[in-house]
Amino acid sequence: MRYAVQAEGLVKRYGETRALDGIDLEVPEGRLLGVLGPNGAGKTTAVRILATLLRPDGGRATVGGFDVVREAHRVRSLIGLTGQYAAVDEALTGVENLVMIGRLLELTRADARRRAAELLERFDLADAGGRAAKTYSGGMRRRLDLAASLVGRPQVLFLDEPTTGLDPRSRTELWGVVRGLMADGVTVLLTTQYLQEADELADDIVVFDHGRVIASGTSDELKATTGAQVLQVRPMAEGHLGLVHDVITEILGDRPELAGGQATVNIKDPTLVPRIVRRLDDLGVVAAELSLRKSSLDEVFLALTGHRAEEPADESRSTEKQEVPA
Amino acid sequence: MTTLTGTTAVQTLHNRVGPAAGVRHTLTLAWRSLVQIKHNPMELLDLSVQPIMFLLLFTYVFGGAIAGSTSDYLQFSLPGLVVQNMLFATLTTAIGLSTDINKGVFDRLRSLPIARSAPLAGRIVADTLKQVWAFALFLGLGTVLGFRVHTGPFGVLGALALLLGFALAMSWLSVLIGLVAADPEKVQIMAFSIMMPITFTSNAFVPTKTLPEWLQRWVEVNPVTHLADGVRGLLTGGPVANHVLVSAIWGVAIVLIFVPLSLRAFRARG
Repeated sequence: MRYAVQAEGLVKRYGETRALDGIDLEVPEGRLLGVLGPNGAGKTTAVRILATLLRPDGGRATVGGFDVVREAHRVRSLIGLTGQYAAVDEALTGVENLVMIGRLLELTRADARRRAAELLERFDLADAGGRAAKTYSGGMRRRLDLAASLVGRPQVLFLDEPTTGLDPRSRTELWGVVRGLMADGVTVLLTTQYLQEADELADDIVVFDHGRVIASGTSDELKATTGAQVLQVRPMAEGHLGLVHDVITEILGDRPELAGGQATVNIKDPTLVPRIVRRLDDLGVVAAELSLRKSSLDEVFLALTGHRAEEPADESRSTEKQEVPA
Repeated sequence: MTTLTGTTAVQTLHNRVGPAAGVRHTLTLAWRSLVQIKHNPMELLDLSVQPIMFLLLFTYVFGGAIAGSTSDYLQFSLPGLVVQNMLFATLTTAIGLSTDINKGVFDRLRSLPIARSAPLAGRIVADTLKQVWAFALFLGLGTVLGFRVHTGPFGVLGALALLLGFALAMSWLSVLIGLVAADPEKVQIMAFSIMMPITFTSNAFVPTKTLPEWLQRWVEVNPVTHLADGVRGLLTGGPVANHVLVSAIWGVAIVLIFVPLSLRAFRARG
């Protein structure tokens, strides 16, 4: 397998804090790697190093086989970057933003115009192409930003939290665009705080926390790492919750979490479920709800790090206009 | 080198940007700073309001009190106003740079295979053209109000060259401010608190001998004084060489101090 992105032992320090503390990454050609982690986990730092914007203090990385420090210029001609905020010149029109990039990439004026028109069409911005970007909604700006990173037909695309601050509809639209790029054979490294996003898009996922990779694998593999499945039992009579707790603890050897009138526990061996049911039946406990499901990535994250991935804080940047659903 | 899809548009597989390409990148980015004026002519007005306002206010409000007549004062103050405006205008570079950094445009540009100097150089080229515009506006409006050039076209060009030369040196201070300031508003505050005292403690607006003696000593070394006197000499006649020399020494000193500092701040970002 050939790798479009490879990193070994990346370290980046800011004073005393280690933003990256020995990160290894590999993205095979044509695949999408999801880098999942909370704010401050080091995701953006890693992307900035791979996109040649930041020098690592330790370790090495290559993109398309070129070293990101020694052959930075070659790396730059292979990559596209879309950052956390829409990096477009707001005073320029959509067309001008894209033509500018095209000209910087040495396209002729005519080719730059043609490429701009093509991309605006593809991103559903053709009608807005003649308007200044400051009049665009948040979702439109992100699409223009993504279009700008595609002008040079990159082989490797870095998407740093591309949907942070977008409303659900714009987010789903952007996912569609990313899938389209995957179909074109582009290698993508996408960072996100959203577990659902990684689950939806990524072939492989690595989980960052405090500048380290704490887990990696496919979405299913990750879900299988912690207790595999989740058992939830809600007794008809809430007074029976204590009994449910005792039965589960006795049979699984693990204490369930009690909240909202139900008991939740990770279960590695699903064959134990019938025993729990029989035992509850013997005790006269009627279950209003009993479910066995795969653990979500959220629970995986919680199990891996001891804290939830998605910050409760409002991520949407107040300066960005939200797209108004039609 | 690996190939993924047949459609890659990798223009260059060299690890460097040639000088000709560097110039093209700079011009594209200068175009980017100027093209906004095309569909937002208010930008041009923004560039012009301060020169017009200051020229009118200084001439008609202070003229009588300072020089006894508005026309005499205009002849004295216009070169000073031109210098003051040039210094303030160097900060457009800082504001533009700070905006780019905050919006992420700066990172986007740095992730492209272009000359490393182009984002800065492009701004400076565009801002230099704005300086030329402001100078022309001052001379045009000044002439309408009664200002007279006593030298000739070479004097005017000399004055412009002196102003642009010093503006280029100052733009390195501006680059440093743009790189270290948290946001464009902070740039404005920093700029104001540096430029106001420097321009007013000079002979740009009042003759040195009217000032307290301790202040006169600073005024005599202040580069604004020498720039103003240099521009006066080049536009209305009088000694020039010494003022140009002192201005040039200041310009070189500013470059020697702020180029390393700016480059360090530039590298600290990446």
